[in-house]
Amino acid sequence: MEILGHLSDGIFTALEPLNIALMLVGVALGLFIGAMPGLGSVNGVAILLPATFLVPPTSAMIFLAAIYYGAMYGGAISSITLGIPGASTAVATTFDGRPMALKGRADLALVTAAVASFVGGTVANVLFTAFAPPLAQVALDFGDPEIFALMLLAFATFIGLGGDDIPKTLFSICFGLVMAAVGLDIMTGEPRLVFGDITGFMHGINFLVLAIGVYGIGEMLWTIDSTRGEMTMTGAVLTVRGILRAIKETAKGWRGMTIGSFLGFFVGILPAAGATPGSLMSYGITKMLDKHPESYGKGNINGISAPESANNSASTGAMLPMLTLGIPGSPTTAILLGGMVIWGLQPGPLLFANQTEFVWGLVGWFYISNFFALIVNLAFIPLFIWMLRMPFTVLAPMIFVLSIVGGFAATQDMHDIWLMLLFGIGAYLLRKLDYPVAPAVLAIVLGPIAEPKLRQSLLFSSGDPMIFLERPIAGPITVIAIFLILLPLFNLIWKKMKPKPAPSL
Amino acid sequence: MRRAEIITAGLMALLSIYLMFKSSELEIGYVKGEGPGGGFWPFWLSAGMLISTIWIAINWYLRKSPPSQSTEKYLDSYGLRMLMLVGGGVTALIAVSHILGFYGAILLFLIYYIRYLGRHSWPVTLSIAITTPVVTFLFFDIAMRIVLPKGYLEPLFLPLYDFFF
Amino acid sequence: MAISRRHILGIAGALGVTAMVAGLPGTAAAWEPNKPIDFIIMAGKGGGADKMARLMQAIIEQEKLSSKPLVPVNKSGGSGAEALIAAKSASDPDHTIMVTLNSFFTTPLRQPKLGIDIMEFAPVGRMAEDTFLLWVHKDSGIKTFEEFLTKAKADGNKWVMGGTGKAQEDELLTEFLNNNFGLKIKYVPYKGGGEVAKQLAGKQLNSTVNNPSEALGFYESGDVVPILSFTAERLPLFPNVPTMKEKGKDFAYGMQRAVVGAPGMSADALKYYENLFSKVYKSAKWQAYRKKQSLFGDELNGDPLKAYWKEQVDRHRKMLVDMGAIK
Repeated sequence: MEILGHLSDGIFTALEPLNIALMLVGVALGLFIGAMPGLGSVNGVAILLPATFLVPPTSAMIFLAAIYYGAMYGGAISSITLGIPGASTAVATTFDGRPMALKGRADLALVTAAVASFVGGTVANVLFTAFAPPLAQVALDFGDPEIFALMLLAFATFIGLGGDDIPKTLFSICFGLVMAAVGLDIMTGEPRLVFGDITGFMHGINFLVLAIGVYGIGEMLWTIDSTRGEMTMTGAVLTVRGILRAIKETAKGWRGMTIGSFLGFFVGILPAAGATPGSLMSYGITKMLDKHPESYGKGNINGISAPESANNSASTGAMLPMLTLGIPGSPTTAILLGGMVIWGLQPGPLLFANQTEFVWGLVGWFYISNFFALIVNLAFIPLFIWMLRMPFTVLAPMIFVLSIVGGFAATQDMHDIWLMLLFGIGAYLLRKLDYPVAPAVLAIVLGPIAEPKLRQSLLFSSGDPMIFLERPIAGPITVIAIFLILLPLFNLIWKKMKPKPAPSL
Repeated sequence: MRRAEIITAGLMALLSIYLMFKSSELEIGYVKGEGPGGGFWPFWLSAGMLISTIWIAINWYLRKSPPSQSTEKYLDSYGLRMLMLVGGGVTALIAVSHILGFYGAILLFLIYYIRYLGRHSWPVTLSIAITTPVVTFLFFDIAMRIVLPKGYLEPLFLPLYDFFF
Repeated sequence: MAISRRHILGIAGALGVTAMVAGLPGTAAAWEPNKPIDFIIMAGKGGGADKMARLMQAIIEQEKLSSKPLVPVNKSGGSGAEALIAAKSASDPDHTIMVTLNSFFTTPLRQPKLGIDIMEFAPVGRMAEDTFLLWVHKDSGIKTFEEFLTKAKADGNKWVMGGTGKAQEDELLTEFLNNNFGLKIKYVPYKGGGEVAKQLAGKQLNSTVNNPSEALGFYESGDVVPILSFTAERLPLFPNVPTMKEKGKDFAYGMQRAVVGAPGMSADALKYYENLFSKVYKSAKWQAYRKKQSLFGDELNGDPLKAYWKEQVDRHRKMLVDMGAIK
């Protein structure tokens, strides 16, 4: 009960007028930062961290929590309205969010994303309140083989994501994974795939360079070409009644929200995994469990609610290893961690024992920030829809500018901008031949986690791959992943075995 | 489209071979007692790319994939013109930002696109073309402290820094 | 739109000022930055060096020590090679400074192709020297260095040490233990020190050579135990932990946390930054942080700092040669 006392103290602190004002400003700021392709919560938090030393730590933390939540909500906005994932956590949101917006239901997509984020955040906060210390132990039990098995599972849930053309999907996945290897091989410390000895390749290829190139530039070229420039984002109507109706319709996304909220939280608490695999896996699993998997990728509401509730839930979950173990689950939490050290708090297993008031106060602010983020987000939806109603010949150049500026902001290197352009034009040309691009983007997100974990595990076992099957947690996950990967093959054989009527493909 | 399909597959196969070659700068095999070497991951995945392109070529030969049956042109005159005008515009935007910085380049790009490709009126063009860099500057350079390249226009910004910081 | 009007006025003003400055060459006033300063961090976001850099930035901002802001840019590529090249090819060396760690010494040695001579960099100031300790999990039952040696020897290459990066600080220390005590410890590289500390707390590893700041949380909770420090004297924070010197090997190893200026920085600019970081060093916040994280290494700048670099380069060259990483 002591916990609930601290929690309500936190909530009451957050409800003081100054703090409410800070929170509203923080959420709105975070929303715009998150909505900008290339910028995410990590930029918002990093930039504002120094500023927080000017105000008392409590207000500072409330402000940062508000930005953190705002940015998480914002990521979905560019995914839906522009089709460019604002951050890696919002990649899966483009799969159904964009098609829905093109069908003229941008309002529904945006409302769903907001509501799903709220649900995900709330579920995560409740789970956090109830189970933080025992879950910290789970996070510790996840060593390298376990994380690799989890990555394998993430890929497995995505097998069906590509198009119908199997070799082209495979090509896309492999390409993304190879690009993920560019830069430095951390296991040998040797530079790797530094093409033409160009320095810009040394830091590797940031996921955003590929994603903005493919979705920002490539997709725009493709849209202009396929619509012969007659493109209009049709019928996004802008009435209060429309928004209210959309809020009602959101309930249809409950399946995705349920899966996303719980799965996202669980994956989020594992250090090294973070929110991106969480949201991708939630999307994949929701699709897999649905009776109509073919309706995904065409604007299915569960395809938006699953990744959005998951990334919010996972981002909250990522606070758990940070607070209880002092291990950041994401770059954003890494910076928050730095902030806490500067404020004189030592994150780690003792934080919950020694700084009870701070920790539960913080969780209380999360509850409130999450709520404010929902309200502010809903209030801004008309603005985002209005943007979509600009003439396409104005919107298109703005998207190009946003892509270039956002791409630069992500890595601050002109080299990456040129690379982005190359990927964009390449993606456009390949897209015309039905090469799916989404698998490459997923691969470049998961590859840099999967490869080191694979090799660290094998170094442990002196090269024996059985390590993935023998360990009590890694074993079952690996088996499930392999089963899921082979599932399409079984299906194929099953179909072949059955005598089938004459017409073939 | 049919011809483009096989040419692209060929080019992608060459890319795969280059990536395999480049990966082989590091150990591509399975080092005894240590597991895969540094080049293992990219090398074998590039090999996967190569196999996929061969598979694509077989599908092309058997006419199984939609592009290999299509008789449409891959890039018709509209597509080509669009690629030159829009793609070229974006390329120029990046190239010019090395000289005039992002803000100068954005201004020119927006004028080019909105006025000449979009055929909007001058007042619309100029209001957007001027507002965008101003808002971008305030958001990135001032609020987010992400300093975008200025190129040769740098001296113009020095008093602005004095003003804002 | 008051702001955009201001902007326009600014540009008009700019034209005027530029014209004036062009007319009056060589003013005598002390050098001051006239635009935001590039603050390159030689490591990724969230690591030890990054935290420290952001703390310095925060102190400068909070105490209003600089008229223009420092803009941190993380360049972690190629074990710091990317940062070194970025600093070397900076278009405006007077507005480019960099936070460095020991990869400042090892990376140019390991990658001579880069053509980096670190003695060309401007010595702004050494802010601290981080320390290394040998850690084990409390459930291992090991309490002394001797017990560690016995167990590690018995396990041969089944004994796993985790550390940050390859052929960097942590592996150099592991190699030192292997060479001097007849051990065959297996070294597994990770991306960052925090992850290493977590792997030890989760009993995935047998031992680590973390900095105190990385392992402090698990130390305070009692999960991990320090059994040896690689410093010349015992650390105030761990008075019961013996040093390597007490165990018979005259060996101490630290991690430099220094700020350097881009090659080609003017003498006036260097003076400005020296002064700036000297103020940071003396600030109460920095001193408190040094104490809390158990940092060594006094302030050092100018020629003494360069002499220190020279010494470190020679030392690292020898260590890397011994390890077989370079010839």
